[in-house]
Amino acid sequence: MSKRIEITDLNVYYGTFRAVEDVSMTIEPKAVTAFIGPSGCGKSTFLRTLNRMHEVIPGARVEGEVLLDGENLYGPGVDPVRVRRHVGMVFQRPNPFPTMSIKENVLAGINLNNKRMPNSEKDELAEQALRGANLWEEVKNRLDLPGSGLSGGQQQRLCIARAIAMQPEVLLMDEPCSALDPISTLAIEDLMTELKDRYTIVIVTHNMQQAARVSDTTAFFNIAGTGAPGRLIEVGPTDKIFSTPDVKDTEDYISGRFG
Amino acid sequence: MTTLTESLNPGALTSGRLPRMAEPGILIGAAIAGLTIAALIANGNIALGVVLAYVIFLITIEIVARIVEGPRQAADRRARSLIVGAFVLALIPLGSVTYEVVKNGMARFDLNYFSMSMRNIVGEGGGAAHAITGTLWVTGIASLISVPIGLMTAIYLSEYGARSKLAQSITFFVDVMTGIPSIVAGLFAYSLMAMLFGPGTVSGFAGSIALSVLMIPVVVRSCEELLRLVPNELREASYALGVPTWLTIVKVVVPTAISGIVSGVILAVARVIGETAPLLIAAGFTASLNNNPFSGPMMTLPVFVYDSYAHPGIPPQAYLDRAWAGALTLIVIVMVLNLTGRLIARRFAPKTGR
Repeated sequence: MSKRIEITDLNVYYGTFRAVEDVSMTIEPKAVTAFIGPSGCGKSTFLRTLNRMHEVIPGARVEGEVLLDGENLYGPGVDPVRVRRHVGMVFQRPNPFPTMSIKENVLAGINLNNKRMPNSEKDELAEQALRGANLWEEVKNRLDLPGSGLSGGQQQRLCIARAIAMQPEVLLMDEPCSALDPISTLAIEDLMTELKDRYTIVIVTHNMQQAARVSDTTAFFNIAGTGAPGRLIEVGPTDKIFSTPDVKDTEDYISGRFG
Repeated sequence: MTTLTESLNPGALTSGRLPRMAEPGILIGAAIAGLTIAALIANGNIALGVVLAYVIFLITIEIVARIVEGPRQAADRRARSLIVGAFVLALIPLGSVTYEVVKNGMARFDLNYFSMSMRNIVGEGGGAAHAITGTLWVTGIASLISVPIGLMTAIYLSEYGARSKLAQSITFFVDVMTGIPSIVAGLFAYSLMAMLFGPGTVSGFAGSIALSVLMIPVVVRSCEELLRLVPNELREASYALGVPTWLTIVKVVVPTAISGIVSGVILAVARVIGETAPLLIAAGFTASLNNNPFSGPMMTLPVFVYDSYAHPGIPPQAYLDRAWAGALTLIVIVMVLNLTGRLIARRFAPKTGR
């Protein structure tokens, strides 16, 4: 299921402004890759280019290559809608659909795309996705209640369930825990460790302990100053980045000397 | 720490309070004083008495509050009294209109009124069945034309247009259309029909066209505002699930805003249902029931009210009674529409949970 992502010389522009400059890296399958760096260094922008979500913002465009198991996401004739069915995404703030029940939220990917599926299969898929997101036990008795009635941490796990119900190959998470309390954060971190058996997981985080706890590979992004594009400074095994990084900026950032 | 304890000498956190009954008491006193003065100097003119009472109340409460409670609380009471005064002032015409219409309209608000037309009727009796069905036909068709056009325009403006030149010019022209005098809309529909089917063609459908011209801009503006209120996060959540834009709009954006859209549409209907001038020109005038909106003149309630009131026959009271009952029927129709709209809106509103 999970796939390798290879990025070559990726530049991201908003209109004429270059937000991310010359990123090349490989994201391994069945592993958690964490992006860290100060605010505004382009890590979220870069994450969004991995499922072409940046295109939602008018004027955004990309130069370079992103290969998903050898297939270029930016090749001619590639449909961004199809890309997003293979590369799921979870956002910073939990965003369940307010008009839908818990179950309808989990099945949103099926229902919104007008896919036909027998009800028994739908039930099974919903249970499987909710179990996958460690939410089943908490909501199994109130599947028909609105999703917005859940707590923030439960809503975020509902959004994860919604993303994995699409059975994607890659799961992108943009600061999934920054709006949550430590207990819910722990629940989601445990979940990431479980999910990496099946998916390629990429997470953007401001919490360096979180990056150190959950990720196998860490990439550090930085900007030279306001208005300058974000750059990938260093990428490597998490142990190495957090103990003996090659670049001094990385060490300064991790030890809290700036940023 | 020491400075804090020092400044908190006894009584630093308390201040005088007027007793709870003080304000109503002063209000009653002011009312008595105002009405008495009016009775003495202006022959019991109630309007003058009420104004005087309000002014006396404002002055008294200001002085009393300033002495007992201090200037900040006095300012608070002054602002509150002014706001409540403005609210009551705004309510007076509404209450007065409702009272007058119900009082005068009840005289003919009976079964005959809803079952009979004015065909072959001179003087007493008869009813407005032809005008009521006409209003429902004309407004219904106008809504059928305006809601899809208006909603789709709003979707274009908020979801696709995004600051393009075309979207900007549409917004501009919609704003201009909002200000069109209704008689112009009527003339437009009349001349359109004259061009297509020959001069002098009046029909319910022509009336609907005239009302649509007035209704579309209202629908566009309210729907656009409501679609913009839908959080972008929901669109992104949908896109991230691999849902195409049009399905996102149909299944996420519009359902999230549907309760507001329904109220917007109801408001637009209420805005046009009472139009008289364009219907007089485009839909014409008749005393008989006409259930074919594409042929022949069609009576509508506002036109019926206008005609009964402006050109009464003998005895005039019968015509005036029918006019008032027509006005009452219009108000009832708008109210029923509003209530249904609210029910529908509540049915579809985003579930808040718990």
